[in-house]
Amino acid sequence: MSPHDVVITGIGLVSCLGEGAELHWKAFKTPSLPPPIDSERFAPYTVHPLPEIDWSLQIPKKGDQRQMETWQRLGVYTAGLALDDAGLKTDEALCATMDMIVAAGGGERDEDVDENILEASLARNDNGVLLNEKLTNDLRPTLFLAQLSNLMAGNISIVHKITGSSRTFMGEEGAGVSALQTAVARLASGQSTHILVGGAFQTEHPDMLLGYELAGYLHRGSWEPLWARSGDGGGVITGSGGAFLVLETREHAEARGGRIYAVVDTVVSGLSPRSEATFAGDIAALVGALGAEPGQLLISGASGANRATGTEREALGDFSLRGFSGLTGHLKEAQLPFAVALAALAISNGEAPGVLADVETPYSAAPERVLTTAIGHHRGEGAALVRKA
Amino acid sequence: MASYKDHLGRPLIAVTGMGVVTSLGAGKAENWAALTSGKSGIHAVTRFPVDHMKTTIAGTVDFLPESNEGMSALTYELAAIAGREAVAQAGIGSDFAGPLFLASPPIELSWADRLAMYRSSDKGAGYQRLFDAARAGHGRAIFDETQFGTVADRLAVLFGTRGLPVTTSTACASGATAIQLGVEAIRRGEADRALAIGADGSASAESMIRFSLLSALSMQNDRPERASKPFSRDRDGFVLAEGGAALVLESLESAVARGAEVLGIMRGCGEKADDFHRTRSKPDGSPAIAAVKLALADAGMSEDEIDYVNAHGTSTPENDKMEHLSLSTVFGPRIRSVPVSSNKSMIGHTLSAAGAVEAVFSLMTMREGVIPPTINYDQPDPAIDLDVVPNVKRDADVKTVLSNSFGFGGQNACLVMAREPV
Repeated sequence: MSPHDVVITGIGLVSCLGEGAELHWKAFKTPSLPPPIDSERFAPYTVHPLPEIDWSLQIPKKGDQRQMETWQRLGVYTAGLALDDAGLKTDEALCATMDMIVAAGGGERDEDVDENILEASLARNDNGVLLNEKLTNDLRPTLFLAQLSNLMAGNISIVHKITGSSRTFMGEEGAGVSALQTAVARLASGQSTHILVGGAFQTEHPDMLLGYELAGYLHRGSWEPLWARSGDGGGVITGSGGAFLVLETREHAEARGGRIYAVVDTVVSGLSPRSEATFAGDIAALVGALGAEPGQLLISGASGANRATGTEREALGDFSLRGFSGLTGHLKEAQLPFAVALAALAISNGEAPGVLADVETPYSAAPERVLTTAIGHHRGEGAALVRKA
Repeated sequence: MASYKDHLGRPLIAVTGMGVVTSLGAGKAENWAALTSGKSGIHAVTRFPVDHMKTTIAGTVDFLPESNEGMSALTYELAAIAGREAVAQAGIGSDFAGPLFLASPPIELSWADRLAMYRSSDKGAGYQRLFDAARAGHGRAIFDETQFGTVADRLAVLFGTRGLPVTTSTACASGATAIQLGVEAIRRGEADRALAIGADGSASAESMIRFSLLSALSMQNDRPERASKPFSRDRDGFVLAEGGAALVLESLESAVARGAEVLGIMRGCGEKADDFHRTRSKPDGSPAIAAVKLALADAGMSEDEIDYVNAHGTSTPENDKMEHLSLSTVFGPRIRSVPVSSNKSMIGHTLSAAGAVEAVFSLMTMREGVIPPTINYDQPDPAIDLDVVPNVKRDADVKTVLSNSFGFGGQNACLVMAREPV
């Protein structure tokens, strides 16, 4: 135990299962399948949609809500849940000095404008001029701000008054990995005392799905469990959701009487070239660098992507795996923060999440050291060890 | 022997390699020659049609084979050119052996590819047709350009950097943030050196229209080279531009141990988020003021010790006014005698790259003993009483520089650099 331990004191979660740390713990403790899905709106793709959310609970001003699209609202909302959970929401002084690292993609494009241009382009041979004509007339001026990656953080500053530092990391799952790794490193070294870190993904927009399907990553047809997607397509079923954590040094958390879920011990990351010969070994080595032992509980952020998830299963078969995306869908940038949140909940509740498939072996002890992974569906790998406080 | 630690006992951070590319050219030599002769890189846009646009000028980088290949390809190339120059100057081979921090723009599928995919299928309409084309395999070649991590991943392989590269976006402060991330990693002892790159090749019709709809861009199209006029009374917006810059950051101890030439010292970084508005700064300038003060405190210096300010100086009515307010608040009356110039008067606003590009120019200012001017300064804004180094370069003994970067979303980041380690 050290005063520089990096402890988790606030958890904000949203997924198709609902919202909040407690609700998610219940849903993962005794999971029921299938989870909430929508297989029609984006057929042949299935998504895990957002639950019903009353945005005004975390974003009181309608004016603020209007300045954002769903992706930013979701991030701001989830961040608010984490701040509430940490008991910091109304602590102006600590919010004003709180650092922030957000893992972000981009916001929603205007689907109607895009489709009008695409259709009109078939009848024109001056597409450059067509673009200018349509975009200058049809784009809503403030939509740009709802699309900018760093404006999720910007809106968190505005709505929740988080005004220490504000950094946004990009790069799919790897953004979430680096955000967490950097936050933990800054706290452990004394460069910061309390940090809000996390991300959100809003999959219910065709452009967000297209980002996977250009390379054929999406699972097609009816829902199938995470580890056993044998049907058409690339194996990924996406979800809308987010995960934010409030991290503090133990010293800082104890001084203010904050409740501690668990310690983030170590975060590691890698960029495997993913050759046939080395990919499984690279994943095993990454988790091995956390001092992992066979049989340990491992909350996996496996995406379902045929190759990456198949290789992860092969490399980490000795652990007691729990693939959380089987219930939530793939949350892209939020994968590692979400896995770490679940690990913290398992530790603080003294119990492992229930199994979802044969490949997930039972774990009956009270977990004290839980592994987490986010092996990117395409590139980038990360893992973290969460331990009892 | 000089100390290798700063005022807080942390490793001093040296810069041992620098590279830059802007609309003025590729490489430090070409850029510096143009910058010190007051030459502008702003020109009429030729990359795409400008019909219906209010702004038809930009500082795009048009001289590369990748200039017309979309934002992912051009951003990568700008980063690679600057990175190669920096790594070569630092005398580091193909195995950089330290982390990579990249500031780059948010990525989107280009319209050229979107339209081509649409034509490749005749099933359904709108996004349904794009999905049909994707299922037929027509998207594989362009998938990478839609992934936010692609540029950094490719650079990591090119330079042999270690671990998962970090791609950051703090809007117009991104380049400064990438440098700050590198400084912090070395201070934590995670690495002896880090490669910080800012690159932005994202000028497209859509991006120009987006900024234009926010009334952020200059519309002084008639004489493009005259449009960017920071601190002038008749300034009316920034000029969108592209560029890239790279810095090899290294602990001074490591640099000295391997006999590398020390080009300057990255003394301190400061940042402070603004919660006032998505595009406007808090009227009292307090977040920008705090960022400057935090950078000075991090550097262990007082404002009296700053010889020159490399301004954010975008040429928007709002930024320049706010920057003057924050500088005059921090420096007091002395600000009238501190030279404050804006590189953007010549290269435009290179967005995600700006903080890194301007850090390289700041370090060159100290090394060369020459301050690049703020050009197009013919009608001073009477409300902004600054020595902007008007129109003509100035010889000066500059030992320290403050470089400002402010961005949409309440981003404020400042860097303090010094010529010598002391």
